[in-house]
Amino acid sequence: MSRDSNLKVLIVAFLLCLVCSILVSVAAVGLRDRQERNKTEEMKRNILQAAGFYDETQSIEHQFTKVQTRIVDMESGSFSTDMETEGFDSRRAARDPRTRYEIPADKDLGGIKVRSRYMDVYLVMEDDTLQQLILPVHGKGLWSTMYGFISLGDDFNTVKGFSFYEHGETPGLGGEIDNPSWKEQWKGKQIYDEAGVLKIEVVKGKVDNNSPEADYQADGLAGATLTARGVGYLIHYWLGDNGYKPLIERLKREGAAP
Amino acid sequence: MSIHKDVLLNPLFNKNPIGLQILGICSALAVTSKLETVIVMSLAVIFVIAGSNFSVSLIRNQIPSSIRIIVQITIIATLVIIVDQFLKAYAFGISKQLSVFVGLIITNCIVLGRAEAFAMKNPPSLSFLDGIGNGLGYSLVLILVAIFRELLGAGKLLGFTILPSTSDGGWYLPNGLMLLPPSAFFIIGLLIWALRTWKTDQIEQEN
Repeated sequence: MSRDSNLKVLIVAFLLCLVCSILVSVAAVGLRDRQERNKTEEMKRNILQAAGFYDETQSIEHQFTKVQTRIVDMESGSFSTDMETEGFDSRRAARDPRTRYEIPADKDLGGIKVRSRYMDVYLVMEDDTLQQLILPVHGKGLWSTMYGFISLGDDFNTVKGFSFYEHGETPGLGGEIDNPSWKEQWKGKQIYDEAGVLKIEVVKGKVDNNSPEADYQADGLAGATLTARGVGYLIHYWLGDNGYKPLIERLKREGAAP
Repeated sequence: MSIHKDVLLNPLFNKNPIGLQILGICSALAVTSKLETVIVMSLAVIFVIAGSNFSVSLIRNQIPSSIRIIVQITIIATLVIIVDQFLKAYAFGISKQLSVFVGLIITNCIVLGRAEAFAMKNPPSLSFLDGIGNGLGYSLVLILVAIFRELLGAGKLLGFTILPSTSDGGWYLPNGLMLLPPSAFFIIGLLIWALRTWKTDQIEQEN
């Protein structure tokens, strides 16, 4: 049979596709469990890091036993019981017509346009009392949507930890939101003032520690004004009325009994 | 024996795919801001070139010439997907940083170039060595670029602090440009200049 006959072309193409598709399928199916596990572990690691007690030397499973997952109905601020926590993905839910919520343009500080009506939040419990409330947040920076977690203490006002796990900001400039010393300065900042007004802000340059407002201010990032502004806006969105405020108000009123 | 050695070692300096042929520049710009990601990327590319050269060479006498490029690309794509799946399973952190660039190995001109220019005409063992050699030549340039970029851009190598940066209380003010892709262009340009000063026969004739 000649090498360039039509029949030969078809046979070679068919056999090649068969062999290649078998190889690809075997790799994809055989490794899927491990890949899924990596993804869940990654998410748990991010949550533990935001809570500030992630320890590399211990297994993530073990450390995560202190953390409980709740699905919260954003409108009422109550915990929803009819949603499955296992496998809940707020990004997928934001695309699903049944759970998607379009943010009114005048309230959309984070520039994200839609979010899910339900969000997954994490409670760090110790001896049945709530220590920290960890909330997933996201919003636009300069180039990208920044995804992170903010952790509040048991007064629902003091920041315990704040970190981003996914963003595409410029390395060395906006990318400095990953810098440990920048993240560290968030600890102890106050979100709301005594009257309950959302007051936290990201300033330009360094915070003046003698100022009475210092507790409500975080350092900006040199050379990354827009990223830093995005961080400030996304906190204002997610901790505001259209975000987790109904949940926080309810927890303050009723306590955090599980 | 010497032909094997030549095939393996020539791509390092004499016929470096990036330095002489200026192929594969895209990933050289994108992934070289950190040494760690470069090492993983290099291993992935070496595996893909060696594997595709070997497989293409093995069936080179069966491939109809009318569909030979499609056959080569199919083989390359298969290998790349397998590498990508393995990285996602066993090196998750790094695969996240490399993101789309592992998938883009499929379009890396070096891989298709070697399959078409070498593996279609030479026996499997020689093609395999040629793949390893070209992979190493590519890796060598990437690693050099990454050393400059990570050291000058972040004061670190493989994540260890070499030059303590001012933001952590040291003396070194990191050069932010080094972390951006254009700096790789400058460094590759300087490397090519150095290479051609050393190996003058690589200088192109002026018209």
